[in-house]
Amino acid sequence: MLILGKTSATESSHFESELMTGSTTAKIELRGLSQVFYGERDVVALESVSLAIAAGRFVSLIGPSGCGKSTIFNILAGLQLPTKGAVFIDGENVTGGIGVVGYMLQKDLLLPWRTVLDNVILGMEIRGMPVREARAQALPYLYKYGLGGFEKQYPATLSGGMRQRAALLRTLLYDCEIILLDEPFGALDAQTRVRMQEWLLQIWSDFGKTIIFVTHDVDEAVYLSDEIYVMSPRPGRVKERFDVDLARPRPRHLVNAPEFAVYRQHCLDLLSHDAPDEVAASAA
Amino acid sequence: MTATEILSARFFKVFSPNKVFSPKTSLAAAEKPARRRRTLPRERRWSIAALGACQAAILVAVFGFWEIGARVGWIDKFFWASPSQIWHTFLIFVDSGSAFIDTWYTLRSTLLGFAIGTSLGGLLGLSFWWSNNYAIILQPYLVALEAMPKLALAPLLILVFGIGLPSKIVIGMLLTMIIATLTTAAGVRSIDRDGERLMYSLGASRRQVFVKLVVPSVLPWLISVLRVNIGLALTGSIVGEFIASQHGLGRTIMYAGQTYDIALIWVGVFTLSILSAFMYVAVSHLERVLLKGVRHAPAH
Repeated sequence: MLILGKTSATESSHFESELMTGSTTAKIELRGLSQVFYGERDVVALESVSLAIAAGRFVSLIGPSGCGKSTIFNILAGLQLPTKGAVFIDGENVTGGIGVVGYMLQKDLLLPWRTVLDNVILGMEIRGMPVREARAQALPYLYKYGLGGFEKQYPATLSGGMRQRAALLRTLLYDCEIILLDEPFGALDAQTRVRMQEWLLQIWSDFGKTIIFVTHDVDEAVYLSDEIYVMSPRPGRVKERFDVDLARPRPRHLVNAPEFAVYRQHCLDLLSHDAPDEVAASAA
Repeated sequence: MTATEILSARFFKVFSPNKVFSPKTSLAAAEKPARRRRTLPRERRWSIAALGACQAAILVAVFGFWEIGARVGWIDKFFWASPSQIWHTFLIFVDSGSAFIDTWYTLRSTLLGFAIGTSLGGLLGLSFWWSNNYAIILQPYLVALEAMPKLALAPLLILVFGIGLPSKIVIGMLLTMIIATLTTAAGVRSIDRDGERLMYSLGASRRQVFVKLVVPSVLPWLISVLRVNIGLALTGSIVGEFIASQHGLGRTIMYAGQTYDIALIWVGVFTLSILSAFMYVAVSHLERVLLKGVRHAPAH
């Protein structure tokens, strides 16, 4: 078991005992995650963030800019080692391990010299699957999820929505149980975004993965998720966590329902309370 | 009219003599001069036949003037030769077989120097991705080598490698390798870090990232430098032949100069120009084909 970063003796023994005690039912769990970027000024990006997410849930992280959402994702994906704390998947400490979760960044990052099909199988290829087999496996998914007929095209000829679809399929076909989506629809226009949200829910119910979704858009978060974590501005902390008890499947007109408005208002209240905090924090 | 309007009208009258910004008040309207309206300047293109005829006419005029001038005495025949003399010498050049031997010699050394130098330079540039420290350590040496006029090393290289083909190849290699290395290194530095993070998030090893991301990203950079390199390789070959060589167009030109055979100099120069143009066109075509195969997109 690794505990990384600068901790005092008492703190580390406390952590160790916490880590040693018992398994959890959560699929993925972050315990006391802290991240400090040392430099000219020490920036505390995250301060003791703890999340526990059950399998198959759709969870959103909302928060103002700079609250450390992307840092959490980088730590989860193993691209960054946290100053303190650990990541557990299925009860196993996987801090710093790469290739354990599927990670989709805001940029689609499709390789321009590969066809759409070859892009989608990238994860499987890296895992070592023979190309032919990977292609055969991926092709029906392309057809099922709206990219049929585009498998031999190159990403430059695709629209923004299609490229995000391809990037998402690449992440899903990588066959991890946990998918991290970092504002995947942020760069799309509003109408495409609506279509993509419905498409995402369809895929989620088909694949049954655990999804952690980061967004700035409160409506998007309430519409898509089972649970919402609201983060505070830097240093990032979990401000509140609440369940979104809206029945699934969720039709589009649900955004007009009063229950929806209650959740939306709750989120906005939590986020707007941060405005004075932000001013104070930036003044510090 | 309000006080502000009156004041502003007066203001604009004073500070804007051409009345471009004058407000539409009756005060200013009366004094607007009639202006000639401009239209977009347009040049009507001539037909291809007409353009081609002009191009041919220039050629004819230059050579005509040269020939006539040499015969009549405007131009010193000894130092400049005449087109008819050049043509005559060219026929002898071809007949004696030297044309083919020399052209082939120069072509061979150019192509080999170009190919080896570009590939080695590309590999060296790509190797900079593997270790940042190693790249930083070598950086100043690369810049120094680039700044140094490498042709100045030609006499030394001829001493070391002899007067045969290898020395010309080495000179060409030296010139092309530095450019290829610097360009490839710049390409490596410009790789999207998020692309690397994506690959690592998929669990890729360094070797996989290198093969699947780095090499295809950098290839367009190397391809775009081919056109420059072919010219450099040719220059290197010619300079090497100037210094010491048994064959080659550069040697022909040097020999002709030393024996005051001006017509032969021109024959050598023209042959060289045709060879150079041919190689340039071939490499440009190759570049287009390779770029299309690698990029599949109009612009990077």
